[in-house]
Amino acid sequence: MPVAGDGGTMLEGYRVLDLSGPLGWVAGRILADLGADVIKVESPDADLEEIDWRAFNVNKRLLRLDTKSVAGRQVVDRALAEVDVLIETAQPGIPADTWLEPARLTAINPGLVHVSVTPFGRHGPRAHWRGTDLEIMAASGAMSLIGEPGGVPLRMSVPQSHAWAGMHAACGAVLALFNRTSGGSGQHVDVSAQVALVTALAHAPTFVDILGTVPDRAGSAITGRSVHGANFRAFWKCRDGYLNFVVYGGPAGRRSNQALVEWMTEKGAALGALVDIDWIKFDPKLAQQGEIDRLEEPIAAFLEGVNKQEFLDEACTREILGYPVSTTADIAEDPQLEARGFWQYLPAPDGGSERHCGVFYMENGVRPEIRHAAGNGHADTHGVLSEFGFDAREISELRDGGIVAPA
Amino acid sequence: MMETGNALEGVKVVEFGGYAAGPHIGKVLGNFGAVVVHVESHDRPDGFRLEYPPYKEGRPGVDRGGCFAFFNDSKYGVTLNLKTPAGLALAHRLIDWADLVVENMRPGVMARLGLGYRDVCETHPDLVFLSTCNMGQSGPRAHTPGFGSQLSSLAGFCGTIGETDGPPMLLYGPYIDFIASGLGTAAVLAALDRSRRTGKGAELDLSQYETGLHFMAGALFDQDRTGAVATRRGNADTVAAPHGAYPCRDDRWLALSCRSDEEFQTLLRCLDLPELATDPRFVTGAARHVHLTELDGVITQACAMRDAGEAAEALQAAGITAHPVNTVADLFDDPQLEDYRNWRRRYHPVIGDQAYWFPGPALSATPGEVTRAAPLLGADNETVFKQLLGMKDREFDDQKARGTFE
Repeated sequence: MPVAGDGGTMLEGYRVLDLSGPLGWVAGRILADLGADVIKVESPDADLEEIDWRAFNVNKRLLRLDTKSVAGRQVVDRALAEVDVLIETAQPGIPADTWLEPARLTAINPGLVHVSVTPFGRHGPRAHWRGTDLEIMAASGAMSLIGEPGGVPLRMSVPQSHAWAGMHAACGAVLALFNRTSGGSGQHVDVSAQVALVTALAHAPTFVDILGTVPDRAGSAITGRSVHGANFRAFWKCRDGYLNFVVYGGPAGRRSNQALVEWMTEKGAALGALVDIDWIKFDPKLAQQGEIDRLEEPIAAFLEGVNKQEFLDEACTREILGYPVSTTADIAEDPQLEARGFWQYLPAPDGGSERHCGVFYMENGVRPEIRHAAGNGHADTHGVLSEFGFDAREISELRDGGIVAPA
Repeated sequence: MMETGNALEGVKVVEFGGYAAGPHIGKVLGNFGAVVVHVESHDRPDGFRLEYPPYKEGRPGVDRGGCFAFFNDSKYGVTLNLKTPAGLALAHRLIDWADLVVENMRPGVMARLGLGYRDVCETHPDLVFLSTCNMGQSGPRAHTPGFGSQLSSLAGFCGTIGETDGPPMLLYGPYIDFIASGLGTAAVLAALDRSRRTGKGAELDLSQYETGLHFMAGALFDQDRTGAVATRRGNADTVAAPHGAYPCRDDRWLALSCRSDEEFQTLLRCLDLPELATDPRFVTGAARHVHLTELDGVITQACAMRDAGEAAEALQAAGITAHPVNTVADLFDDPQLEDYRNWRRRYHPVIGDQAYWFPGPALSATPGEVTRAAPLLGADNETVFKQLLGMKDREFDDQKARGTFE
């Protein structure tokens, strides 16, 4: 165990019942990383070998329970008295899901922190609307900012909305736990994935609010840096892929721009318009598009001859504000992650081992360990039920009725 | 349930640093009731004040920036000259006062100033101290400076945004910074909870890079298990077809998707395309994936005769997932965001009324609030040092005269 010390890991002692579907998975993972005992509930016939299920449900214990059945829901009701947090992703407006109404659950356990994660929230005119990652990205404004100017709005190819929703749900859960520690009761935490994702747009909304201009798709450029609306190039073709570098301003940007020009000079690269730039005076927020285009031209020519690893090494040594565009394969080989013990290898269903993202923070210089492999067979189910106060006879009845998985 | 107050009543936070990844944590804590002090200096104001539009009337100025303001509402702003012993001594007093320190300087900077966790933990054992930076506090690249707009590339996001045969793209800006601030918020809240229960503080090290990878965890896990490397694929999906955005009559776009043949048949009925119900190109999911271009073509034709909002309404009523593609301007009229009161206007002495964002989780008993507009540079020196820290008038005036608040 990590740094436990006298206080234990941060959320040690809290128990979380996680009934969520994909939109809520990340919430439980975060609470588990923070030290809570998270019990993931899955029906006895769910596929636990699915890639995303395993990636996002690691570090949780497993209770295989049929929550569609009346008996299964009675098990949840009894368990509620023993848990601090419940996470669920019931779609508003579905009659079958009314058993998860906040008022009913609070009556069972007034101290319960009940976290609902939905695409658009639990109240409001579109609360009952359904949405997958695509529609949530559309609703949050994110898609309007991705794509070629005037072209089709795009989502990100690796779905993101569930992670944003889950992260906000985890924050809400811990806020509510803190409030309880300070003497408050339990409460309902209502998380809309749409709302959570708006945070990802950075300061884009302020342009609408303050200047009445609407940030829009800019292809592979970056906008929102110039008072004249000039776009800066963010992605540059290199020998084996792409690099991300932006001509920035301020003291850090000045050092970065100068360092790149020094590197170009050492390599004998043509400097073009860069020769004339006084970096002390250069201010990208006041720059016009023509000026930006002229100074980006020699940079583009130079970076075309560089490869990603070389750029990463030089950018790091010279303090150039840029990084290569990494693939998941590049990330897997990154020595920085290795040095910090980011990856954790856990038992896989095929008897081998599988690589997981480790706990997301370090405390006192130590990364806490993932305590539970993903979907540890059925091993946890009966132990969890007895912790919830079910005796051997009750457990075997549930098993015989197909309500919980066999041992 | 009654709305009874704030979850973080009585929690005191001081933050050193700037831009997004650190200060966005303090903003969220402030929204839920913490007292948050943002430390800058006249020599080195927060970079968002100086470098990032939009500015009021398009004219830059330290107190004119909407970007800085947007991430610093519900806080007090102070200025301290940390190059002077007196400034450092006041920084120590702020840390003594605080339950939580958030800093996003480069690794080692706080320790060099004598303000590191090791410098303060002995006298303040219940303190929570979060350091958040690009790469984390250790490892071969720990000292690399960097911004989130580039780090989002290193963490795999940008390479998986864009059309299949086109260049990588950003989601607007420092995407990963807001992942780091969200996970940082969860971590400091958990640490504060333990501190309040047990008196045990925490030294937390957050690598913004690593936090981002958690949002790529599925793709990274897939790479390990199957060797598959995630790529950019426009709006294509492995299961759903159609799955994309289509231009409508009212110049808006409509996002919609179908994950089953039944859903697709419903879509055809809603779009008045009954003749396609038995078209072999579209009759199964596999066939639709093969004929994606033609499929997008017919849906585009159908959408061109409809308004995005009405079409979404009709499709949702029939059980099809659909939503207009909100522009950033649309977010200010969105009925759900309105119902949740996510925009809250507060008066800023230079910018005027500005719409501040109320963050994600809606808490029934302790809902929180945007308590005030962002501070002007150093605007709250007097309030913070006299009222919160109990400094006497004479000492305050003396420090002011000596330039400690520069």
